[in-house]
Amino acid sequence: MIEASTDALLPSPGSRVRPVRDPFHGDLLEVSMGPHHPSTHGVFRMVATLDGETIVRLKPVFGYLHRNHEKLGESTTYLASMPYTDRLDYLCSMTNNWAYALAVERLIGQPVPERAEYVRVILAELTRLLNHTCLAGFLLQDCGASGTPLMYAFREREKILDLFESLSGSRMMCNYQRFGGCRVDPGAHWLAAASRVTEGYGRFLDEFEALLTGNEIMMARTQGVGPLSAKLAVAAGVTGPMLRAAGVAYDIRKVDGYGIYPRFNFRVPLGEHGDTYDRYMLRILEMRESIPILRQALAEIPAGPIMDPKARLRGLRPKAGESYGRIEGPKGEIGFYLVSDGTPNPYRYRVRPPSLINLTILEDLCLGRTIADAVIILGSVDIVLGEVDR
Amino acid sequence: MEITPEQKDELRRHGILLTSLEELYNWGRSHSVWPLQFGLACCAIEMIATSMARFDIARFGSEVFRPSPRQADLLIVSGTVTKKMAPQVVRLWNQMPEPKYCIAMGACAISGGPFKQGYNVLKGIDRYIPVDVYIPGCPPRPEALLNGLITLQAKISGQSISGPDAPRHLGSADSCEYPVPEFGGHDLEPPKNPDLWQPPAPARAPKP
Repeated sequence: MIEASTDALLPSPGSRVRPVRDPFHGDLLEVSMGPHHPSTHGVFRMVATLDGETIVRLKPVFGYLHRNHEKLGESTTYLASMPYTDRLDYLCSMTNNWAYALAVERLIGQPVPERAEYVRVILAELTRLLNHTCLAGFLLQDCGASGTPLMYAFREREKILDLFESLSGSRMMCNYQRFGGCRVDPGAHWLAAASRVTEGYGRFLDEFEALLTGNEIMMARTQGVGPLSAKLAVAAGVTGPMLRAAGVAYDIRKVDGYGIYPRFNFRVPLGEHGDTYDRYMLRILEMRESIPILRQALAEIPAGPIMDPKARLRGLRPKAGESYGRIEGPKGEIGFYLVSDGTPNPYRYRVRPPSLINLTILEDLCLGRTIADAVIILGSVDIVLGEVDR
Repeated sequence: MEITPEQKDELRRHGILLTSLEELYNWGRSHSVWPLQFGLACCAIEMIATSMARFDIARFGSEVFRPSPRQADLLIVSGTVTKKMAPQVVRLWNQMPEPKYCIAMGACAISGGPFKQGYNVLKGIDRYIPVDVYIPGCPPRPEALLNGLITLQAKISGQSISGPDAPRHLGSADSCEYPVPEFGGHDLEPPKNPDLWQPPAPARAPKP
């Protein structure tokens, strides 16, 4: 037990933290969770101050995986940064690729062929399925369902990874998108295989939901835990499923209509309470919406080139200027901000990481709850440390 | 009298199992290697995938991922070790009881990998802790991790429990604590454990 020092824990005006030297209650207990902790989803550390079992203060500590992503991006060429974007959010390399390709395409005014746009949509929605499935598995693991839901989730993940591998040559680090298209053409066999995975996914979701969504333990454990208000979510810049679970209709696929998303007919699910259960449920509903998008894209994909024949990859020297490319990644708004000064490498390379910005409200969600609740709240925020720390 | 492996096989066919204490001990140790449940970066996801149904690390007796270093035999350094994280990794290694083994999984754990240029990235965990098996790849496939595990099992099976090449924990009584680096002025202090790692000598053409 660490004796909490008085001056370090003086409550700020208006905070819910009580004074430390309260003669009635005892001392506060400071618990440091992580960076090596099975449920902090990587090398993340939470310093929780406990009053009995209740969290009265929670300080996130990160930087344990700071791999100098932005600095490396500024010291290499535009194309050489593409493999690094895979390693940002290492569950969703395809969407990271797309956001970066979009930023560079806007910087140099590069058009993208029709077929490549369709392939990008297919890959982005497959990535969304993959990410949300893994999230549900990890969240259930955090709730205490040790192993089994995660095994189900990883079984499905392997099917999507097989698709990624046969397309790009790598299971996780795909490095597939290029400025002005994609690296290789998927071909008819791949599209047929993607169709099979898409058609089978609904069945998996039915099975998963039959086990979990109405499960009484799951509901008792997650409903009403860590509610996020729409006001706080908007004020903190939260995006993605976290924001929509709080009831704010903001989906960049609808707002920006980047790529060819306006052609697709899909609904944006919204949460009502913003609690952990809503955040879980919203991801399930998003997966259900991804399946019709995939189905439509796989049916309508036109023939044609996969790369713009005039696209220039090597020796790229964009004119001085700046651009911001953002897409609706599975975790939220993933964006790349580039400033060019006319040299082969960007003057400034900045990533807008959805995980980090969604994580900033962690303390607000956890105050007044127990450590066990903090674990599942963190699980429902959906962080990947490669992106939080970069 | 020396018994050849052929004679042993012959006896085994007749229902007589002949073994030595050393063989029995190593057989048991090498088929129940409990890894530490500890992920650092991208490779950790592949490590989790290895323990799932498709690749099923349980076939090799290593499915028991322990969250506590006190119960673990194997440290899989799965991912980029940053300078902020390196002291924690070495501390975890020190907390593990002997006999213990270390696998450096992926390019980052071996040498810093694609992030080697980074100012905050440790250029290989073997500067601070002794690594038994290196698995290249970015990230290595689950099959590669399984192959690394089999390589480690072969290494354990080959260890003799007495003599000069006995494993650390059966050897001299010196401490198995490794010095934990700390943040110095502009780098980790010390930058390496000189007993474990020395920079390779520069290769020069022989003088004519």
